[in-house]
Order: sequence, then structure tokens, then C-alpha cells
Amino acid sequence: MSKTTNKDESFFKKLVGNQLFIPILALLLLAVINLINDPGFFKISLGLNNAGNPVLSGYLITILDYGSELGILAIGMTLVTAASGGQDISVGATIAIAGSAMLRVLCGGTSRPTELAAPIIVAFLVACVVGMLCGAFNGMLVAVFKIQPMIATLILFTAGRSIAAWINNNELPIVPDPKFAYFGSFIPGIPVPTTVFIVIACIVVIALVLKFTNLGLYTQAVGINEGASRLNGINPTFIKFLSFVILGLCVAVAALIKVSRLSTINYSVIAKDIEMDAILAVALGGNALSGGKFNMWASILGAYVIQFLTTTLYKFNVQSDALAAYKAVVVIVLVVFSAPSVRDYMKQLTRKFASSDKAALSKKGVA
Amino acid sequence: MEENRVLEMRGINKTFPGVKALQNVDFSLNKGEIHALMGENGAGKSTLIKVLTGVYTKDTGTITLEGRGEVAIGSPQDAQNFGISTVYQEITLCPNLTVAENMFIGRGAGKITNWKKMNADADKILQSLEIPAKANQQLSSCSLAVQQMVAIARAVDMECKVLILDEPTSSLDEQEVEKLFGLMRDLKARGVGIIFVTHFLDQVYEVCDKITVLRNGTLVGEYEIKDLPRVQLVAKMLGKQMDDLSDIKGEGGTYEGADADEKIFEASGLQSNAGIKPFDFYIKKGEVNGFTGLLGSGRSECVRAIFGADRVINGSVKMHGKEVKISKPLDAMKNGIAYLPENRRGDGIIGDLSVKENIILALQVLTGFFKPFSKAQVNAFADEYIKKLNIKTASAETPIKQLSGGNQQKVILARWLLMHPEYLILDEPTRGIDIGTKVDIQKLVLELAKDGMSVTFISSETDEMLRTCSRLVVMRDRKVVGELSGDDLTQNKIMSTIAGDK
Amino acid sequence: MKNEKKTGVFGKMNDTMLLLTITVVIFFAMYIGAIVFQGGAFKKPQMFFNILNANAALIITACGMSVVMISGGIDISVGGVVALVSMCCAVYLDYHDGSIFGSILIALGIGVAYGLVQGFLVAYLDIQPFIVSLAGMFFARGMTTIVNTAPFNVADEEFTALKLARIVIPGMGTTNKKGIYVPAYVEIGVIVALLVVAVLFVVLRWTKLGRSFYAVGGNKQSALMLGVNVKRTKFLSHMICSVLAGIGGYVYFLHVGSGSASHAMGMEMNAIASSIIGGTMLTGGVGNIIGTLFGVLSLSTIQNIVSSAGLDQAWWTGITIAAMLCIFLLIQSVVMAQKKKALKA
Repeated sequence: MSKTTNKDESFFKKLVGNQLFIPILALLLLAVINLINDPGFFKISLGLNNAGNPVLSGYLITILDYGSELGILAIGMTLVTAASGGQDISVGATIAIAGSAMLRVLCGGTSRPTELAAPIIVAFLVACVVGMLCGAFNGMLVAVFKIQPMIATLILFTAGRSIAAWINNNELPIVPDPKFAYFGSFIPGIPVPTTVFIVIACIVVIALVLKFTNLGLYTQAVGINEGASRLNGINPTFIKFLSFVILGLCVAVAALIKVSRLSTINYSVIAKDIEMDAILAVALGGNALSGGKFNMWASILGAYVIQFLTTTLYKFNVQSDALAAYKAVVVIVLVVFSAPSVRDYMKQLTRKFASSDKAALSKKGVA
Repeated sequence: MEENRVLEMRGINKTFPGVKALQNVDFSLNKGEIHALMGENGAGKSTLIKVLTGVYTKDTGTITLEGRGEVAIGSPQDAQNFGISTVYQEITLCPNLTVAENMFIGRGAGKITNWKKMNADADKILQSLEIPAKANQQLSSCSLAVQQMVAIARAVDMECKVLILDEPTSSLDEQEVEKLFGLMRDLKARGVGIIFVTHFLDQVYEVCDKITVLRNGTLVGEYEIKDLPRVQLVAKMLGKQMDDLSDIKGEGGTYEGADADEKIFEASGLQSNAGIKPFDFYIKKGEVNGFTGLLGSGRSECVRAIFGADRVINGSVKMHGKEVKISKPLDAMKNGIAYLPENRRGDGIIGDLSVKENIILALQVLTGFFKPFSKAQVNAFADEYIKKLNIKTASAETPIKQLSGGNQQKVILARWLLMHPEYLILDEPTRGIDIGTKVDIQKLVLELAKDGMSVTFISSETDEMLRTCSRLVVMRDRKVVGELSGDDLTQNKIMSTIAGDK
Repeated sequence: MKNEKKTGVFGKMNDTMLLLTITVVIFFAMYIGAIVFQGGAFKKPQMFFNILNANAALIITACGMSVVMISGGIDISVGGVVALVSMCCAVYLDYHDGSIFGSILIALGIGVAYGLVQGFLVAYLDIQPFIVSLAGMFFARGMTTIVNTAPFNVADEEFTALKLARIVIPGMGTTNKKGIYVPAYVEIGVIVALLVVAVLFVVLRWTKLGRSFYAVGGNKQSALMLGVNVKRTKFLSHMICSVLAGIGGYVYFLHVGSGSASHAMGMEMNAIASSIIGGTMLTGGVGNIIGTLFGVLSLSTIQNIVSSAGLDQAWWTGITIAAMLCIFLLIQSVVMAQKKKALKA
């Protein structure tokens, strides 16, 4: 009998020790809350949208759809966090820049064009270049000039939305081609949101990159011990720089989705507060915000958990402006429980609990 | 408590998750006594010191101080108030503050800083101890040795009853060590009890009165210095009888290939930005040579320049007689040079990564960014070297930071051996690790050389170098001042060359 | 005396003095440049006082920020706290017919509450200050909307009187085109700000607590070994910063006389930028309150230069501040690297 309890214990330990444990637990918790509140939350229905195309709808689809930008950003943010031990807080602002650049190319500098000034793919590639340039700027400050990531990215955090407005002369061009809207909604005839495919594509790409290159090993090595990595032939400056550039690419893809959803842009509102969510996704995935080891899949899962939370809060009629206050509470609870000092304390508690349990058991046995 | 005692620790226990760091350890210190605390790494010395200074809280046990009775030490501040001062191996001062502030911060009553008085007091102490620093100088502008002296000055000025010196000599040169010993004897005469932790046996026998030996977190015993000869001390520390440690050279033999005279590596006029003078250097196939000299003489800087770890600003380098360019570590690795750095924790291990990832790292980087090893390959490599070097680890998946210092060093060694280098540079591979591993590493070096690998070996302990090296490059003041081989390889000859006597 | 090396002027100065000197020189160069090349409003002393009037709140919050940064932390919740304070005070004064005294208590209360929570989380639970205060910022912004969604002006008479109170500076007035003498003045907030600067200067230079901030920022581990109570010091640094954010919030409120969720947007950024421009190192342990004052002045002078140069589109402000921050960050990075090199050689 004692054997089985041992096995159970180690299984339990493994379960709790797994990095995916926290995000999955949070996901279950949110699911249960919603189940109690309104089982209809989980209903998915197939209907027709305004354009008469078949689309899936329901809260779960909303989560999958609107969690996409976050999921994509989580990929880059995880790498930046791991390599530099800090976070990029400029992603919201750089989404505005990349999106603005995309619009500028699509609309050719006029605010109400009648046709596209350039093919969508060209505009997207320009956005990619712009996003990567922003990433390169941040990366240069962090990797070459050794400025703390959060402070370095504070520069674009402040200037980003102003730069975005400046690119389009503070006008809000509207993309005339309805095809551009496909990226942020549905392709006619396919009932699944396009964003889901984009995320899957991104995940496949990063999975391949992690499998067929040493990006993961290098990034973690640099994040844990920069000096030692250098002496082993790794170029830490380049790896840090690279992580920011990759995040820049993620930003460009997120910008494509964001801009496509509206076919236009609002400089001060687009992707507002998304940096907070992206950082939260990384933390929720159980990755140390001080860098080093990372688990990409836990981060991506974390992103969807956050979107789940956002959607749930909306369901409970929380205003969008007030959303931040609730999320802040979640962040604090999360970081408090993942703080090493608190963890140690809890471990001690569980140990005490376990030992008293055992004592009780053995007493029973004697009796 | 006995009359002469200043400190008595009884039945100290301290457990960390998974490790019993201290089990029922006793320690006592008399007035005017210099007491060495000895033990291998992981023996519990640091833990005991940290319990005494309030950095850790003990699980059970009592600490009794003269005139205070039993005390509870909850923080470094408590320890200071009780008259326990500590000087640590790493400089534990604030580089951004002035010398005077570093001497006076965190103690004394009152909430206001009187700069004038503080500077005057500090200058007085600095002068009386002949420390070449000014009170209002920013600490970061002093050399490491001076910073260490300032730390000692602080401790001395605190009218302490117990002074703990935790490996204070590792960043000092010989003269400074002498000065420190003078200071210690001076304090001893004033009745201060001194706890001295060091790895250098010579130093123990030079200044100490008593020795307490710890092993695996337990007390081995307390001895008068005259009752415990060196061999005995080492045996107590290791927990087994050792034959004479110096008896390893005979087993090796030398490399006897036809190309034994070929110069694998040759540098001329090499100079890096770390402040060394240009130097010439070569190594032959299967040769073990070394750089020797006092700490800070530029030994490490030379090998760092060879490996491209510091920026090379001058000179040319040849491998097998062909000119190559080594401007960064990767270039050196591509040319078959491996470098085990001096600072294991800072430059060697990647703490959170597993043992196996640490082992494959260098070869993986060399293989290329786009060619990661398969899991099976990684496991095979790791298992092979864990067995070969007898690395004690729970599994290949264990994070390296959980291993003991000696085993960490073996993992780093495995990392470079896996690369199958032609030329291996070992910078202080034996520093701060237990004697058993030290011997293993020295044996390994000789075996590797026998199989044709060229090795440059650097150690602070001259006898280690005499045992392993067949040729020594001697350095003084960041300059190569001589080369010794054959019959010249004696302790005396090295000393006189370092000192510059003709 | 082997450790005495010739390291030039840079090497001899300590870090704090070096960075302070750079800032002060740049500020005067910029201001004099503005007077010479742009003239106009810059010629009148009131221009300078207006800069003070408009930035009193920023000076106060930036001082708090400097204290946190000197001790090695950061607090990006200050802008949110300022907005929350003005909204709460506005609602209290107008909807609940509160007194001035009560509103001041509210401002201080919010500051203390923030200090308690953030200080505890950072100091005693060892959570990264950036994350804690990021959450704090979002919480404050969210709470501001929850307290009241729509922005509104305060009509309370007592308050309006206080808001309009002016302190005339004798001898600095100018005569306008019509030949009428216009006295130079500052608002009450400026007095508060200068008091805060003076008090903090003394605290940082001459008290044990002040020096502990530097010690903890310089090397946390060493400070602990030297017997400094690191946790308490960190806690107090956050407490001072949050309380000053509360006071700054009230001064801001006094200046604008309204509550709004979009008040003080990006103020944390300006506070950090001012501190950095004023010579406070991001890495902690180096900084000076006088420098921070000059940092705020430099920042607002450059904003004024930008707007009076005709670049009045909204985005220019954001871009110039960011550019200036970027430049000063690079100066710090380069100067410190040079200094290190000078010492090594």
C-alpha cells in the first residue's frame, strides 16, 4: 500500500512541477467559473455573418480569435525574456508603427484611396522590415549599449504611437480592398477565423526553428550566464539582438491582424496595454522573468489563458477601461505566488501538512 | 563557558532542502587565538560562518558569546552589534560609495552622517594600517587588494571580539598577504579571536594556533597546530589516509610520437587589451607547460589572449606553423583550442542548464547553429563523459548548479574534452575544489598529454605545477620574465625568477 | 601609493558629480541657446517660472523616482497614481462636498497605500519592481475609470481659490507692450516642489537612511553584509516614491483643477527620463536630487523649444522626449565605459 501512495506522491509532484501546470490550472479554474455562471459560454454555433459566409461563433471562438495577437507576441517575448532577462514594453507602440507603415504603403499616403496603392504582400513585408527595425533598435540598446531592456524599450514605448501618427501625417486611412480584412476575420467559405491559421503557422515556424537550430540552447545559455556563453563561442550580443529582431517580426504579424480587423488604425488605442498581457503570458507560462530557461508552449498557452480571462471579464460586464485594474490584481496574485520566498513558505507548509498526515496514518496503522 | 572563551557554538544544525549542511557541529574560539576552519568544499565551513554572521538562521543549537551569554543572531547587523566582524572572499563593499562610508555605514548610533568627522576618523585608521587609500575616494577607484584591506580596516575598527576572515587572501599578492598576517598578529595580541578560513595550507601553518576540521557537515575535530602535521590534516579533511599527494608524476610518462617536436601553437608579440605586455609563447605536441607568477602577474590574461577571450590588439598566432587569426573564442575553438576559465561560477558553468547541456555546449557551438545534436547523440555524449570523468550527479538532467564545485569543474572539463581539442588550456582548474578531485584532474592532464594533447596548466599552487608541467613560463608585473624547464624546475628557482633575483 | 592612477578629470570625479555636471552644463547651454536663437518668450523670466509652474508635479514625482532608482529599483506606477489622486480628490470635492484638508488626506492616503503594497511586494517578497509597479500602474488607471469615467472640472470655491493663489517674485516682472508691469509669479505647487527637493537633498546627503539608499543601489549583497537593513531600505524607498507620487498628484490636481482618467499619461516616463537626464544611473547607486531638478527643467525646456519652433503637432513631444532620453542613456553608457577604461589602463 505504501508503494502506491509513493507513486501517487511522485506523480503529483511531477504534475505540480510541470511548467504547464499553472496555465492549465488557471484555464480549468476559468472554465469552471464560466460553467457555473453560464454553461452557454461553451456553446459554439455555425451561422452566417453579414457578408453571408458561414462562420463559427461563440465565446470559445472569440478567445481563439482575439488571443491570436497575444499568442504570436508571446513567442517573441519569451525569447527576449530568456535572452536578456528583461521584457520589451514597446510591443504595443511598435504594433502601431508597423501597422501605420503597412497602411501608408497600402493607401499610398492618401486617407481615402479607392484602390490599393500596393499589393498586400508588399505592405506586409514593409511592416515586417519596420517591425524588425524597431526590434533592432531596442536590441541594439540592450545588447550593444547594455541598457536594461525595460528602460531601453521605454523609449519606443513613449515615442512609438507618435511615430505611428507621424508616418501617416496623423490621418486615419481606410483600406478600400475587402480582401485585406480577411486576415483579421474570415476567408469566405471557411468558418474558422483566419487568425487561427496565422497563429498555427507561427507556431509551426517557431517549432521548426527550435528543432532545427540551436536558438533555444543559445538563448538559454546567454540568459543564464552571458560570460560563460561567450567563452563557449556564442556571441551573446548577437543572440540578444536576434531575440529582439524576432520579436519585431512577431510584432509585424500581430500588426497585420490588428490593422486588418478594422481596415484602419487608431494610433492611441491600437494594441493598447498589450505589452502587459504579453509579459503576463510569459510569466503565466511559468518562465522566470529574470531570463534563462524557457518553455515556449507554456507561454503561448499562457497567452490564451489571458484572453480567456479578458473574455470572462467582459462577460461579467466589466468596462474595457477598467479591465486593467482587474488584470493588475491577477498579475499581483500570480507574481506573489511565483515569488521564491512565498514558494518556499508554501513548500514548508505542505511539508508540515504531509508529515502530520503521515503521523496520523502511522498512528492508525499502529491502532 | 571556560574563562578564556569568546565564542562557543554547540550542536549547530542547518538543513537546506535536500542537504544537511551542518549536523551537530561544535566550535569554540579563545581570546587572542587565530583559529583555522578547514574542510573541503561542501564541508560546511561557509554555512557555519554564515550561521555565525546571521546570514542564515540555524535550525537548532546554541551560540554563546563572552559577556552576553546565549545569543540569537538574526541578521548581519545583530552579528556586528555582538562584536562579530567578517571579511569575505568576495569584496562585500559598495563600489559607488567612498572609502570612509564603506568603513562606517551600517553601524554606530544616530541618524545623521557627519562627513568631516567620518573622513578624519577613516583617514586615521587607513594611515595606522598603512592602507594606500584616501577616505573620500570612491571605492571603485581602488584596486581589488586595497578594497579588501578597506574591508579589513572596517572590521578592525569595529572593536570586534570575533573577527572572521573568510578566504581573504585569494585576491591579495604575497606582500599584501604578509601585511594582512601582520595585522592579524597585532589583533591577536590585543585579544581578538580570529577565525581564519583558507584553502592555502601554508598560510594555516604560518599564522594559526588551532585548527577545526569539518567534513560533510560534521565536526571531525579540533586540534592544536603543533599536533597536526600537514599530511594528517589533509587526511582528516578527506576522511581517508592519503599516500603522499605528490606521487602522481611517475604514472604518466610522456608523449612519444614522431611529431613530438612539432610546435602546435606559436604566438609572437601577442598582446590583449587587458593590460599585459606583448609576449612570445609556443607549445609542442603532447607537452604540458604552464604560466606561473603571483596573482595579478598576468598569467590568466596571457591565456585569455591566446583563446581570444580578451580583445587581441597586437601580435601574430600560428597553428602548426600556419598563420591564423584568433579574435574571438569561436576562432580559437575552430582551431582546436579549448579554454577552461579561472572563474568557474562566473565564466564556466551555465547554472540552470542540465549537466548534459553543459557538456555538449562547446561542441554544439562548434558544430554550428543549424546543426543541433539529436537527443540520442546528446545522451550518448553525456553518459560517456559522466562515466569517463566519474562525475557524481543524480542524472544527466540535473541542473549543473546543484553539483558540488569539483563535479562542476569536471563537467566543464568534459565539455572541452568532448571537443577533442589539440590544445587545452586549464586556468586554475583546481581552485576551490576538494583535494580528491584536484588529484584526479592532475592525473587526467598527464594522461591526456601522453596521448598527444598539448596542455597549458595554470595553478596558484606551485607544487601542483611542478608535478604536471615540463616547462614553465614565469611572469612578473604583466610581463614574461623567464622560462624554466628540466632541472630548473624547482620551487626555489621559480621563486627567485618571480622575485627577479639573478 | 600604487593605486593612485592618473585618470584625468573624469576619473577623479565620483560618478554622481560627473553625471550631475554634464546635466547642469547641458541645461544652461540649452536655455541660453534658446534665449539667443529663439528669443521671444524665453527672454522673460516668467517663461522660466512657467516651466516651474507647469512641472511642479513632475519635479515631485521625479524626485521620488530618483530615490527608488538610486536604491536600485524603479516605479512606473507614479503617473497612474497621479491620475487616481486627481480623480479621487475631484470626486470628493465636488460630489461629496469635501474639504481641502480631506482631499489632501486622500492624496496622502493613496500614496501611503501604494507605498505599503508595492514596497512590501518588492522588499519583502523580492518581486521585480518593474512588474509590481507595472501592475500598480494598470491598477491605478483602471481604478480611475472605475471611480469616475468622464473627466470633469472641479467647481469647489475653496479649491479654486487655492488653485489660483500666486506667489509673486519681486524684481522679476516685465513690462508688456501696453506698458503695464506684469509681476512674475509661481504657484503654490512650486513651493511644495522646491521644499521636497530641499528635504530630499538633505536626506540623501546627510542621513543614514539616505546613504543606505546609495549602498543598497550600489551592491545589495554588500550592503546586507555591511549591516544595512536592505529590506527596510528598499521598502522605504518605494514608500517615499509613492507618497511623493501622492503629493505630486495633488499638486498636479491643483494645477489643472480637474479629474480625468487620461491625466498624467506617460508621466512615469517623464519622471524616469528626468532622473536619467539628471544623472541617476539605471543600475542604481548613483544619482542626485539637484540633478533630477535640472533633468525636469532640461526636459521641459526642450519641449518648449520644440513647440515654440513651430513643431506643435502632438507627436513631436513624445518623439523629442524619447530622443532626449535615448541620447542621455547613450551618454551614460559611453561615459561610464570610458571611465572604466581610464581606470583599467
